[in-house]
Amino acid sequence: MGMTMTQKILAAHAGKESVASGELIEADLDLVLGNDITTPVAINVCKDIEKEGVFHKDKIALVMDHFVPNKDIKSAEHCKMVREFAKNNEITNYFDVGQMGIEHALVPEKGLAVAGDAIIGADSHTCTYGALGAFSTGVGSTDMAVGMSTGKAWFKVPAAIRFNLTGKPGKYISGKDVILHIIGKIGVDGALYKSMEFTGDGVKHLGIDDRFTIANMAIEAGGKNGIFPVDHVTEEYLREHTNREWKKYEADEDAVYDEEYTIELDSLEPTVSFPHLPENTHLARQSKDVRIDQVVIGSCTNGHISDLRAAADILKGKKTAKGVRCIIIPATQQIYLDAMEEGLLKIFIEAGAIVSTPTCGPCLGGYMGILADGERCISTTNRNFVGRMGHTGSEVYLASPATAAASALTGYITDPRDL
Amino acid sequence: MEAHGKVLKYADNVDTDVIIPARYLNSSDPKELALHCMEDIDKDFVKKVNPGDIIVADKNFGCGSSREHAPLAIKASGISCVIAESFARIFYRNAINIGLPIIECPEASAGIRDGDDVEVNFDTGEIKDNTSGKTFKGQAFPKFMQKIIKSEGLVNYINLK
Ligand code: SF4
Repeated sequence: MGMTMTQKILAAHAGKESVASGELIEADLDLVLGNDITTPVAINVCKDIEKEGVFHKDKIALVMDHFVPNKDIKSAEHCKMVREFAKNNEITNYFDVGQMGIEHALVPEKGLAVAGDAIIGADSHTCTYGALGAFSTGVGSTDMAVGMSTGKAWFKVPAAIRFNLTGKPGKYISGKDVILHIIGKIGVDGALYKSMEFTGDGVKHLGIDDRFTIANMAIEAGGKNGIFPVDHVTEEYLREHTNREWKKYEADEDAVYDEEYTIELDSLEPTVSFPHLPENTHLARQSKDVRIDQVVIGSCTNGHISDLRAAADILKGKKTAKGVRCIIIPATQQIYLDAMEEGLLKIFIEAGAIVSTPTCGPCLGGYMGILADGERCISTTNRNFVGRMGHTGSEVYLASPATAAASALTGYITDPRDL
Repeated sequence: MEAHGKVLKYADNVDTDVIIPARYLNSSDPKELALHCMEDIDKDFVKKVNPGDIIVADKNFGCGSSREHAPLAIKASGISCVIAESFARIFYRNAINIGLPIIECPEASAGIRDGDDVEVNFDTGEIKDNTSGKTFKGQAFPKFMQKIIKSEGLVNYINLK
């Protein structure tokens, strides 16, 4: 029986000729990732592991991004704990203030994830690196601890759903609209325990940042991972960012899929997820009467340079609506610098937005943009659960950078094509 | 291995943000996390829960972030088992890895009511509702996972290997 792309990567990392869905395997890992929230828990778990030290000091990445620069004493203590652990174990890829960025934008940028890798991270959006043709998935802190110690993790080999992307997306349609549309269609548990494999003619029209956004939100459909084929767009990105060798895997022609969907990219429209679930999707043009108090453009989903360009394109020479607070967060130091050199920061500030140092910040209701009771935010982040960005009586609407920026100008949810 | 207790019942898509809100993630101490367990979905949870109690939920329990703080908070609050129609996958593996027993059983999730007295046998996967007298057959764990749960989590399992 043929294997999916994900199954092939897993088989190779488990030292097997082939694997089938449902099989329990132990796989070798190319990278183990943690952040300032999940790593302290993992370090505590490490204390209970009898084997001393880590499996490979170059194959662990620790990124301080959620509550950094530290928002309070407790988060400072957590970062200190991770900093010391990194030092004691001579972890090469430890990223603190000054080098850090939001982990899922930083890891590919630093060339730490490549096609063909098997990666776990104690963060649910670790599935992002599927954009590069890697198997990567989110796990908890115990898995992370065991992964750091042994370089291995257990997996149940997933079945898969195939998404056949066709056509070319129209102006203002981005990867965010694609993935919100898909989640709206299949639901927040539509891909539960499964791989989401994206293929088809339409893939070539999606830049690498759009693919990161799509793979990033596989978890919002319940997926174990999301994965893209490796093409010239991937290879160009990898050549620019890494010295590591990569391996291109392709699904077998007779691979079995539980379900198949065709997504016509040319028919998509700017899409918004209403509170309190990502599956609660509406078209932006039909959501005009939703008044907003805050706009957030950033996060591991949409804090890339092309996201900032899309926002700047709309905000250029204009002013945000009175009463709207607009917060823009480049995902990494490099993106921040690029945005500065391209003049995007000036556009944002002149439009009345604020620009922050890279951080997760408001995305998880951490700090820097917490919502009060009854307030509404349109955000390029990935989750709109109850209380996600602050008070349990506040609301988060998920959208693309173009839609969020257009809404910042009007104060209401706005289809960028209507400006 | 068995669990026995009173049921606290919840609906679909109970996410990790309501199980343990991010504002408390500057702590990693299970006891402290337990003080805020389920706070954003059920303010009285901490007052209501007694050692041994069982959470029963509908589909996709534990969706959202990978925070292990969620099953840790639930375990530290005294919950002996979570039964759901289905679990989000990271929550599923986290629960097993820290030794919090969980069982998928759509029939039990539909048939058990809030406040019922329920017994679970992990070896057989049998779920008995003493209040209604009904029994349900939950999915028994594959052997590998049973071993992890019996060792009280992945770390002990690895140490024993
Ligand atoms: S930006 Fe948001 S979703 Fe992404 S890693 Fe940070 S908190 Fe998680």
